[in-house]
Amino acid sequence: MRLMKPSVGTGIVGYGSYIPQYRLPAREIARVWTDGQGGVPITEKAVPGPDEDTMTIGLEAARNALARAQINPQDIGAVWVGSESHPYAVKPTSTIIAEAIGATPHTEAADWQFACKAGTETIQAGIGFVAGGMARYALGIGADTAQGRPGDALEYTAAAGGAAYIIGAAEESLALFEASCSYVTDTPDFWRRPTMHYPSHGGRFTGEPAYFHHIAAAAGELMSQLGCSAKDFDYVVLHQPNKKFPERMAAILGFEKEQWETGLLSPTVGNTYAGASMLGLTAILDIAKPGDKILCCSFGSGAGSDSFSIQVTENIAGKQQLAPTTQNYINRRTEIDYATYVRYRKKLQMQ
Amino acid sequence: MTIEIARHWRLKSQRYQLVGEVCPKCSNKMFPPRDVCPECADDSAQPDFKFSGRGEVYSHTTVHNPPDGYQEMAPYTVALVKLEEGPLITAQLTDVANDAVKIGLPVEMVTRKLSTQGDEGLIVYGYKFRPQLATA
Ligand SMILES: [Zn+2]
Repeated sequence: MRLMKPSVGTGIVGYGSYIPQYRLPAREIARVWTDGQGGVPITEKAVPGPDEDTMTIGLEAARNALARAQINPQDIGAVWVGSESHPYAVKPTSTIIAEAIGATPHTEAADWQFACKAGTETIQAGIGFVAGGMARYALGIGADTAQGRPGDALEYTAAAGGAAYIIGAAEESLALFEASCSYVTDTPDFWRRPTMHYPSHGGRFTGEPAYFHHIAAAAGELMSQLGCSAKDFDYVVLHQPNKKFPERMAAILGFEKEQWETGLLSPTVGNTYAGASMLGLTAILDIAKPGDKILCCSFGSGAGSDSFSIQVTENIAGKQQLAPTTQNYINRRTEIDYATYVRYRKKLQMQ
Repeated sequence: MTIEIARHWRLKSQRYQLVGEVCPKCSNKMFPPRDVCPECADDSAQPDFKFSGRGEVYSHTTVHNPPDGYQEMAPYTVALVKLEEGPLITAQLTDVANDAVKIGLPVEMVTRKLSTQGDEGLIVYGYKFRPQLATA
């Protein structure tokens, strides 16, 4: 059974995003490491302030999702946070968020890990949890404060941000999950061993056999099983480690620029890892109209993809303005230089 | 250490959700919670009250020599914030340049890292205030 479709309909009851205000232009990184020579993969990336981490980012996104859902947080039966930058190695991010939004004590809570796919894992599980009657609502969050080794190609894009989704019954939802599809293999494209600060990656190996293969399989299979194609969707949003990969992938899947540009935030936000495709989806929902169809597909190294076919309902009316839009956060922009970045991201050992 | 952990744990609903109290007699809103209403001296049980988190800067000062655990944020601005429900609350400001803080600046509550107890200790989270987000 390749298509995942629960016997009871579920959807998104509320969604929210968060992007830190600091921006590090890629040309500033190039100034320090390559004397400004060569191309850069994006324009700029979002950098967290010194008092921000995956918990604070996920929490603000969750509060925005609650503001749109307008539900009692005590009815949330699962708080799940997907990230590769949880603040503690041992001690859940999810219990802090659950406590801060008032969902404790009778709720499931767990931290999920699968590189950049950790966030959409919580959505897949949340659909099943709600459809199976285990909880009225499930809160799924993808958030990261990704770090690249200084001077490494990843440093240009490794950014911070996140998104949160409250999953509930179809009749309460502002957008429905029509079906989803997961595709995973053991692929060593990117990894980080315990206690290591920065990740390692397989260089060019991260492209074809990893990103392109898994998204093509998960998104392609979903569309073929649903008997539809790119032209049946109004919007598409893919995992976005840079600008080039998602544009090329979307074109391979048959999409046009008008379908991907709304959800493609990486040129001005960077790669928010577990937050990336989920954050792009919030930017689409912010402007979506009833009846719009959206294809969303994540990618996480290691490797795998989750794809979702989503249809916006009449309930979206009035919900979009109940919390800050993703564009509001993108517009809140304070440019920093490399020295400030080094300080905020603690790249200098003081003792 | 254990006393310190217990103190942080007891304060979590105040720190995470800005939960104070409302006086059942004169409906004065209080933060932090206290035993006796400072307005009417009523000492009956006071129900929880969750503040909106919006307010404005009443006064402010910049800290250049912070205590242990706060060094990585310095220099930072601490303000007396007048909440829209009335009470004054002392808190650190965030996401704002120290020289951009003015009396009357509209601010809103966010939850951020307050301090970290070294590399091995707890991360303490709680309320700070930032300039109100432009949503237009
Ligand atoms: Zn009173």
